[in-house]
Amino acid sequence: MSYVPLDLPDLGLAATLLVVNGVISLAFRLGLERSFAIAAARMVVQLAIVGLALKFIFEVNSPLWTALFALVMLAAAAYEVGARQERRIRGWRALTLGAATPFCAGLVATLFATAIVIGPDPWYAPRYVLPILGMMLGNALSGTSLVLDAVTQGAVRERNAIEARLALGATRFEALDGVLRRALTTGLMPILTAMAATGVVTLPGMMTGQILAGIEPVAAAKYQVMIMFLIAGATGLAVVLAGLGAVLLLTDERHRLRLDRLAS
Amino acid sequence: MRDESREEPVLRVEHMRIGTLPAISFEVAAGECLAVEGPSGAGKTRLLKAIADLDPAPGHIFLDGVERLEMFAPAWRKAVRYCAAEPAWWTETARSAFCLDAAGAQRLERHLAAVGLEAADLDRPIALLSTGERQRLALVRALIDQPRVLLLDEPTTALDVAAAALVEEQIRYLLLAGRSVLLASHDRGLVARLAHLRLELARPVIAAARAAS
Repeated sequence: MSYVPLDLPDLGLAATLLVVNGVISLAFRLGLERSFAIAAARMVVQLAIVGLALKFIFEVNSPLWTALFALVMLAAAAYEVGARQERRIRGWRALTLGAATPFCAGLVATLFATAIVIGPDPWYAPRYVLPILGMMLGNALSGTSLVLDAVTQGAVRERNAIEARLALGATRFEALDGVLRRALTTGLMPILTAMAATGVVTLPGMMTGQILAGIEPVAAAKYQVMIMFLIAGATGLAVVLAGLGAVLLLTDERHRLRLDRLAS
Repeated sequence: MRDESREEPVLRVEHMRIGTLPAISFEVAAGECLAVEGPSGAGKTRLLKAIADLDPAPGHIFLDGVERLEMFAPAWRKAVRYCAAEPAWWTETARSAFCLDAAGAQRLERHLAAVGLEAADLDRPIALLSTGERQRLALVRALIDQPRVLLLDEPTTALDVAAAALVEEQIRYLLLAGRSVLLASHDRGLVARLAHLRLELARPVIAAARAAS
């Protein structure tokens, strides 16, 4: 393994490219120059903190610190799901669904990968667990919010058809069958296209990173293949949980459509 | 009928609350038609949907003496059938929206003919049917599995005179066959000819506010 380490002056050099964005914003009067500066500063600070935190955690190599960092990531994921929804379902049960879905899916896939597939020593080695958990959470999270959005929007759009089916004696899952199926398709589409396009259209970020860090490309490709399978599994799990949960939350035990539970 | 008591009503509604309306209670027997009346926005549709248990509303509803909460909700709606003023469809053609057993398939043609439709209409794209054809198809869809109680919300609004007469005849036939009907309609003639009972929904709060000003 060999790579060229970056110094602060190198980063400063790269940062000059931000000037391009500033010029575009000024030339077209987009008013985005402040936002760009803030976003860039946030990125630097956040990554610096994460880098330092991970450095510490890798050095202590303890299950407790690993679990703690994982919990922080899970909490951030749960918050993101809530913030991303266009029309949220009100109440604590919806918050729980948004939080629990990426949590379960991410955790299951990560534990499967580290404990069974990779098998590092010790199995909780933070150098493996945390990056993988991060990728699983990110993908499970997009899947969750895509599906929640698709179910709520579908239920609003097809409200009359759903109520017509309920009136004819359909159960809630029968009446929302079309909405749910389209939502699941929506949620699964990104990983499907990602798998098909990987290596041809895009070079995945993790593989790029490993190659830059000096890993042999075929080894990096193998890791990427495993990660994509894990992502597919985590996304599938998240999508199904979120879809079934959303249908249950938008209906009640009397099989009524409850759009009044949507925040306007 | 036994002599010690009045016949048990098919549908009994007790202290049902819709919006700001005073509590609503009534009974409808087999073969009876209750007209639900009131100005637009008074809550006729809300009442009918609440009785079908499609919208939550406090109060008790009994079908043949069984409270709605004691029944599985879809089973309740198979027996107490709401038929919307503007029927919605979720399939390309009407045929796939009908899920019928053999007996139902036999009844289908007769039901279609009774409202002036034919079997070929089931295979035409819903989007190409006229509003009136869609409304009559929805009525057939609501009747075909023989619910005990029909909640008809403006069943003749989109229909021409001839089609409206056929639908009226169909409702009369249902009543003769012992079904109970709740009818919300702005067609005074239709209500006058069919209804045995009337339920007037007023808007007491708004009316009081107007009187005071």
